[in-house]
Amino acid sequence: MSTIDNTRVGTSNETGEPVLELDDVGKSYGNVNALRGVNITVRQGEVTCVLGDNGAGKSTLIKIISGLHDYTEGTMKFNGEVTRFSSPRAAQAIGIATVYQDLALAPLMAVWRNFFLANEIRNGPFLDVGTMKRICGEELTKMGIVIPDLDRPVGGLSGGQRQCVAIARAIYFGARVVILDEPTAALGVKQSGVVLKYIVKARDAGLGVIFITHNPHHAYLVGNHFVILKLGRVVLDAHRDELTLEQLTGEMAGGQELDELSHELRGVDPGRVAAPHAVGHGAVAAPDLDGGLDGGLDGGRHASADGS
Amino acid sequence: MATLTTTPADDRVVTRSAAASILGRPEVGALIGALAVAVLFFAVAPAFRSAGNIGTILYGSSTIGIMAVAVALLMIGGEFDLSAGVAVTTSGLTAALTTWYFSINVWLGVLIALLVSLAIGAFNGWLLHVTGLPSFLVTLGTFFVLQGVNLAVTRIVAGGVSSNSINDIDGFDSAQAVFASSFSIGPVTINITVVYWVILTIVGSLLLLRTRYGNWILSAGGDAAAARAVGVPVTVTKIALFMGVGFCAWLLGMHQLFNYNNVQSGQGVGNEFIYIIAAVIGGCLLTGGYGSVVGASIGALIFGMTQLGITYAGWNPDWFKAFLGIMLILATLVNLYVKRKADAR
Repeated sequence: MSTIDNTRVGTSNETGEPVLELDDVGKSYGNVNALRGVNITVRQGEVTCVLGDNGAGKSTLIKIISGLHDYTEGTMKFNGEVTRFSSPRAAQAIGIATVYQDLALAPLMAVWRNFFLANEIRNGPFLDVGTMKRICGEELTKMGIVIPDLDRPVGGLSGGQRQCVAIARAIYFGARVVILDEPTAALGVKQSGVVLKYIVKARDAGLGVIFITHNPHHAYLVGNHFVILKLGRVVLDAHRDELTLEQLTGEMAGGQELDELSHELRGVDPGRVAAPHAVGHGAVAAPDLDGGLDGGLDGGRHASADGS
Repeated sequence: MATLTTTPADDRVVTRSAAASILGRPEVGALIGALAVAVLFFAVAPAFRSAGNIGTILYGSSTIGIMAVAVALLMIGGEFDLSAGVAVTTSGLTAALTTWYFSINVWLGVLIALLVSLAIGAFNGWLLHVTGLPSFLVTLGTFFVLQGVNLAVTRIVAGGVSSNSINDIDGFDSAQAVFASSFSIGPVTINITVVYWVILTIVGSLLLLRTRYGNWILSAGGDAAAARAVGVPVTVTKIALFMGVGFCAWLLGMHQLFNYNNVQSGQGVGNEFIYIIAAVIGGCLLTGGYGSVVGASIGALIFGMTQLGITYAGWNPDWFKAFLGIMLILATLVNLYVKRKADAR
């Protein structure tokens, strides 16, 4: 699996017309290019996983798709038409729902109020509280979460429960595409399982799912298509058939860089156990970035500095 | 894989008891405080017990309550308005000065005052949006600007510190009937402001708890970024809240104008804190996202009772402000205590 730039692969296994297509999309904030030349295709009934380390541009990508930011290069097509969203509301209106990392829940508001926030069901001018509570309860039960008192503020729920409220909400309202921003990052094993099952369920219901994560194991469990971002660029774009979990993990962990790192760290003898003894204050020297560690963790930069 | 296995019901979150649910309401602390104040003055002030004074107490409360309702909604929406006190005076002055200066029908002046008041509110909201400054600073600026404009324009137009009398201009009597009349129910004389106060409280409470817009207010104050992310038009919501304060300032300003026939240009300074205190006593969090309109009105009632109760009890009215400060701290502590107790259950 070689590193691929700006070239789309894996589109051979088409299940239908793409619902969302990003073509060479980029975003710059002033002189900072947060995202460059990103090509992503989202089909309904498929899970597209976007992986990347912190700062890789995942958040920027989500913000573009969900309408929080406009893009500055390339084109984004929804249903084949070039689209620019003026607000998250506009993105929602055509069927793109987003579950953010911070969940976008107001902590002091009741569970049902949060669930229907900006999508309130009304009976004349007034809220149809009964219907909203019923639907909210049903949708949460489907997620395997039972909250008997939906009037509780969301802030009183556990992290997993909050995640479920946010995902259930997005799926309930996101008719066509749902973006999940690191839904499993803050969860325990069991709660992550519930979330992953729900992703599969959303896929089977015919939604296009964009699953943002930095956990290749979670991604490989449910993903049809994988995109790895690094420093604002796509470094891998492959269909499930084309790679194994090991390759994905390798790519995600930095691939080549990991090899280099492991080579560098070999000298420190990771298995070694040192005899316990008292260490005085300041007795452990900071790693010497210019020497030490057989070339140092920072060897690359050091070398280039020498060259210049 | 596709079918979701049923997870056993999570028994950690249980239904709260009815008592805890009621105690968890934001206005409970204010209600307890109101009862305490009522009992206190009932005991020490014989005049407090006379039915005839109920109207006076309610009137005093209503002049605070009308503004407290709008200010509470704004605070639940996460913002302050320090210009609310002088904005009342600005509205009254606008109507009085335009009517007198252009010799137009009083109702036209009233309409102009409404537009000016709504514009001040919209300006506050807009400035907040474009500058991104805290509303405390933005409205502090508006507060000083309005205070200065009130004094300066009144001096230019009317040549003094109060607006000229307008009771001989067309439309004064009908406007007075609308904004500053009163009627009797048995021995109790009810000022029309009390009616407006009650209506505003009901409308405000329904708006907050039973409409889509109320949900937006709660979310805009609770977590503006989250609200924006799911599609709540936060900016519009907040501008509308500031305009709501403008509307209530207009209503109260009109009452003061038609009640006294003129407006003192230096009035209103300091009242903004009284409105905020009423809202806080009523259970509004200073940080936004939580509170009650009914609570704010109860807070206003506490003010009205205290103001007159001190006089009726024969105490020196100089103590009023000191008493208010103590009330504020006590009410906030009670709110906090009740909320913790209820949440813990």
